Formats: sequence, C-alpha cells, structure tokens
Amino acid sequence: MHEYSIVQALIERVGAEASVRHATAVHRLRVRIGELSGVEVDLFATAYTTFRERTICERAELDVQVVPARWECPDCGAPISRGHRLTCAVCAVPARLAEGDEIMLDQIEMEVL
Amino acid sequence: MCETCGCGDPEIVPVDVHDKILAGNDRTAAHNREHFRERRVVAVNLMGSPGAGKTAVLEATAGRLGGRQRLGALAGDLATERDADRLRAAGITAKSITTGSACHLDAEMVHRGLHDFPWRDFEYLFIENVGNLVCPAVYDLGQAANVVALAVTEGEDKPLKYPVMFRKADLVLITKIDLLPHLPDVRIDSIADALGRVMPRPLYFPVSARTGEGMDRWLEWLEHLRVARPSSEISGRAPTGEAVVVS
Repeated sequence: MHEYSIVQALIERVGAEASVRHATAVHRLRVRIGELSGVEVDLFATAYTTFRERTICERAELDVQVVPARWECPDCGAPISRGHRLTCAVCAVPARLAEGDEIMLDQIEMEVL
Repeated sequence: MCETCGCGDPEIVPVDVHDKILAGNDRTAAHNREHFRERRVVAVNLMGSPGAGKTAVLEATAGRLGGRQRLGALAGDLATERDADRLRAAGITAKSITTGSACHLDAEMVHRGLHDFPWRDFEYLFIENVGNLVCPAVYDLGQAANVVALAVTEGEDKPLKYPVMFRKADLVLITKIDLLPHLPDVRIDSIADALGRVMPRPLYFPVSARTGEGMDRWLEWLEHLRVARPSSEISGRAPTGEAVVVS
C-alpha cells in the first residue's frame, strides 16, 4: 500500500505549489502513472480520496493518465512486445523501457484571486 | 482576479509541473548515495518476499566474508528486531528500522537509520528491505545495487507476476536451491526464462545459504561491485557493465 505514501507526497507537493502562487483552491490534478511504475491506479485513486480531506486538494479532481509499458531496442528502435525476451533479436542488445515507469505530476489547475 | 471583465471571480490557472511525485525521496536517495560514495561504502538494497531467505543469505555472507570485510546492515521490519538479532549473531553490525505499518523502506528512513550507526566503518552496508515483492521496488534508497532474493519454493512464474520488482533488480539470487530435489516441478531454467522476460539484463545466481552452493559467485559479484565504483553509474546494470547469465 505504498500508494498512500505516494499520495501524501503528491498532496504535499501540490500544497507547496499552491502556497507559492497564493492559490485559494485546487480544481484538478493531472498525473501520469506508468504500467511498470509499481503503482496500482485504483489504489492510488482510493488513497487520494482518503487523504485529500481537509487539504487544499479537498475538491480537486484527480485525472490519471495510465501509460502502457513500451520496450524497444536502444540501437535500432524496434519494439519488443510484452512477454517476449527483453533482448533485440537483431542487435542482440538489452531492451530499453521507452516509457511506462513514470509517477509524474504534470499539471495543477488552481484558483488564484 | 478575472481580469477579462473585472467580475471579481477567482481565476483558474493551469500550472505545469512535470516532475516526479517522489522527487523528494529521490533527492534524499541522492544524498545517501553521495555519503556512501564519499566513504566508499557499498550499499546493497536486498529485497524479496517474506521468507525468500534474505536474512539467511546475509548470515551466510557474513560467515564467509566476516573475517575480511566489515559488514553492516539496516534491517527493515514491520514490528520486530528478529532479523537484526540474527544478523548481529552472525557478526554483522546491524540495526533495525521498524517501519510500523509501512510496507517498504524509503530514502528518509534509511537516512535516519544511518544516524547513531557506525556505517562509515563498513565495506558493505546491506539494507534488508521489508519482505514484499511490490512496494520496495518503487523507492530509491541511494543503494549501489538492487538485489532480489527469490526462493525456488516461490514458483517459477514469480518474475512474470511481479515485473516491477525484477525489472529493478541488478541481480537475482535464486535461493534455497538445496530444496530442489523436493520440488520436481521447479526448474532453474524456467525461472531464468521468466527473468529474461522482465529483466533487460538478466543476471542471476542460484544459491543455497544452507549448503553454501553458489555463494562464491555472489561473493565475487560483491567484490566486483566494490572495485567497480563509483556506484551511481552501476544502477540498472551488472557491475561489470555486461549482461551475464549464470545458470
């Protein structure tokens, strides 16, 4: 249930950003969660609903973009499909995770006077 | 204020952040890593399921290295001192990090764990993470390398079920191989095949802490890790920089 501690870090970060800009409320958070990030999106959303109470995020919607894992050859760029060996069949080099491990806060919509 | 019409309503402003949510943890991890590098302490984050044999591997490691290398350990444990007690009995200077309800260690817990602990004296600092194949994989602690213990009794498909953990591993120790004669359906080849589908640089050593089989390779790997510093460049690959598969 590390999702709870990640949500705590998220709300602290949003609070800091809102404070710097003298925001009075936060309307929406846009986050990106990779399939291979180790974060379970449903648990993350549940944790958010629990922890946002009595914070500046209390009425803020959480917009989660899930990013599928995408492996590719770092040399020739050929995609390597899910479940296959993570080595390029042509170049014989280890695959690179091009995306899918992010736990990112992209944008905060906040209300300023 | 809304400046378009001067109505006095608050204005909704989108603020782009584009930063890791765990950026704070990563900063503390970088701080830990810098400490370790300055003092030439090799920090190894040892992860795995409860009962995978993490503590037993460290006990056996101490049995072989204890006389020559100074070993320390921070043992993450939900509620007890048992692992730290076992490690101390094996000759490792050990301290518990009692996490309470937390299912993982983070960089701040490790940093606090270094206080009042003679970590600067060690060649190796083993960070025995909380037994869990999910949560610990998410947090950088400042380690030189991630090692995952996977017992043969856990089944061949564990790597496929927990790809996040095994993707983060620089090395997998396939433990308890002395039990293989009792497990006719478990083959090291099958575990290796699964690892190759979740680890881009699959590196694994079958070991038995009980009989000592395979432990030499593990100790050689640790020695490479110590010699092949600086550690921050190692993360995500074998210490030699090559993909090595040992069966």
